[in-house]
Amino acid sequence: MTEILHMKDIYKEYQMGDEVSVVLKGINLKVEKGEFIAVLGPSGSGKSTLMNIIGCLDVPTSGEYLLSGRKIADQEEKILTHIRRKEIGFIFQSFYLLSRHTAVKNVELPLIYAGTDKKLRHELAAEMLKKVGLDDKINHLPRQLSGGQQQRVAIARAMINDPTILLADEPTGALDQKTGSQVMELFQQLNQEGRTIIMITHDENLARQAKRIVHILDGNIVEEAI
Amino acid sequence: MLKENLIMAWDNIKNSKMRSFLTSLGIVIGVSAVIALITIVQSATGEMMSQFESMGTNKISVSASGNVLKSGLTSTDLDNLSKIDNVSGVAPSVSLTGSAGKQGVLLDEVSIMGKNEKYFEVDNTEITQGRKLTAADMDGHTYTCVIDQDIQAGMFPNENPIRQTIKINGQGYEIAGVRDTESSSDVMAGFNASSTADGTVIIPYRNALALSGGSTYSSVDIYIADISLSEQTQANVEAVLDAAFNYKDNSYRIMDMSSIVETMNSMSTMLTALLAGIASIALVVGGIGIMNMMLVSVTERTKEIGLRKALGAEPLQIQALFIIEALTLSLIGGIIGIFLGLGISVITTALIGSTFAISWMAIAIGTGFSVAVGLIFGWTPAKKASNLKPIDALRTD
Repeated sequence: MTEILHMKDIYKEYQMGDEVSVVLKGINLKVEKGEFIAVLGPSGSGKSTLMNIIGCLDVPTSGEYLLSGRKIADQEEKILTHIRRKEIGFIFQSFYLLSRHTAVKNVELPLIYAGTDKKLRHELAAEMLKKVGLDDKINHLPRQLSGGQQQRVAIARAMINDPTILLADEPTGALDQKTGSQVMELFQQLNQEGRTIIMITHDENLARQAKRIVHILDGNIVEEAI
Repeated sequence: MLKENLIMAWDNIKNSKMRSFLTSLGIVIGVSAVIALITIVQSATGEMMSQFESMGTNKISVSASGNVLKSGLTSTDLDNLSKIDNVSGVAPSVSLTGSAGKQGVLLDEVSIMGKNEKYFEVDNTEITQGRKLTAADMDGHTYTCVIDQDIQAGMFPNENPIRQTIKINGQGYEIAGVRDTESSSDVMAGFNASSTADGTVIIPYRNALALSGGSTYSSVDIYIADISLSEQTQANVEAVLDAAFNYKDNSYRIMDMSSIVETMNSMSTMLTALLAGIASIALVVGGIGIMNMMLVSVTERTKEIGLRKALGAEPLQIQALFIIEALTLSLIGGIIGIFLGLGISVITTALIGSTFAISWMAIAIGTGFSVAVGLIFGWTPAKKASNLKPIDALRTD
């Protein structure tokens, strides 16, 4: 199996006034292609910080983080942007769709920044929406869609650049149980097709649907269960 | 990418119509004020200028009051003046008031002007009947005249005056032509004609000099062939005049129309700049309005900015999005302001009775200002947006 993510002794500190708060205290983590991992921890455990570092939205204070073999350190924002574009597909708890854009326009957004031409962009986005089961809703605005449908649009958007990792932060947190499990089914399906998924959650039941669970507590990975 | 940004900016403007309208209003007021003031000032002064220019920028008017030794310019002096390089002709002018009469009619308050053929050559007052006076009339023994329509109306209401004889101060003159009263382009002639109730008659200059009882000319127009050399020519004219009056000071004055026009020009430019400067204060206020709205917009859309960045938008692309939005707002305001300003100018120039002249400079300034305002006042908010860290932006509630 190909190793796509490797974290060695990752620390993350924040300066809070005079005090330094250490949020991550020596994280070691390896992820291989095709895995479906749940990072499980209570709030304040450091799991969001870990997600930000995995997603290249933030950089570690010390330690080594390799993503697809490339070292992620304190790089220019522009370089981090390019890495994110290629490697990471984000899925957020509250979807973050642009409310004034149709579903297909929302899915096209990453392609706009990647410089794909208009016609191809539309085709790819429509195709991706079909894949998540929304081929009849491509011209709907977010407010015309249910929560589950909105999250599917967000998943389609995350997939559109064919990223190395799908990074989901409490993807069912804003959904009822039924639509939540439909979204989880979609994740299972995408994982079976070979997509690597990292899901951040505090919900143990949700975490159990992943192939592998990483427990995080107080800035440390305390246990790995399969 | 530019097109995408334009579409996105337009979407945002459209979605907050009221706010965008109020924000642009500042620019509309600023640009229309600048345009209206510049256009009105230029229309008004432009008309004044063309009046002055029609008096002739190609001539130097000499008013020779003389001194104790010599009362004015002699015929020899006129010959000397006409021999100067680049002088195309010299037109002396003698004016007095007298009477004109014929059998049964006497006009006793007539303006009598003595002119030469050069005057008729450059003067563009319409000759309605007959002919102008020519060099052949100027020998001093030929008694021909050109009357104006006032005299024609006074003396020959129902008959053809050409070749008729009238008595001017007792001397018989044959009428060679009739000219229009109204459109006199010579400001002095216009003056005299309107100050005398009965009209104006023009006779050969030598005859008029004899009639006035004098021997020298006090008023002479010198015409210049090539205006670009007028400074040199004027210096030569002054040299000849200095010699004519034996270098006595204050014997003559020179009135040069082109220098008057120049002075007026620079005054009007100053006035325009001053008014435009005052009006552009409104533009600055409008710019602050745009900046305010953009800052609010950045704060409101922090999450959107964070999301766009997470999805791969570079800082520069975020900056472009907001600058284009600010530019679009200010340009829309600018375009509306240009039309509004031109509208105000059309109405105002009509009210003050001058001709409306579209000023491309005003339009260029209006457009340039609104673009500059958009750029300057959009820059800071856009920079602020582009500097947001995506995690901080996504985290805000």
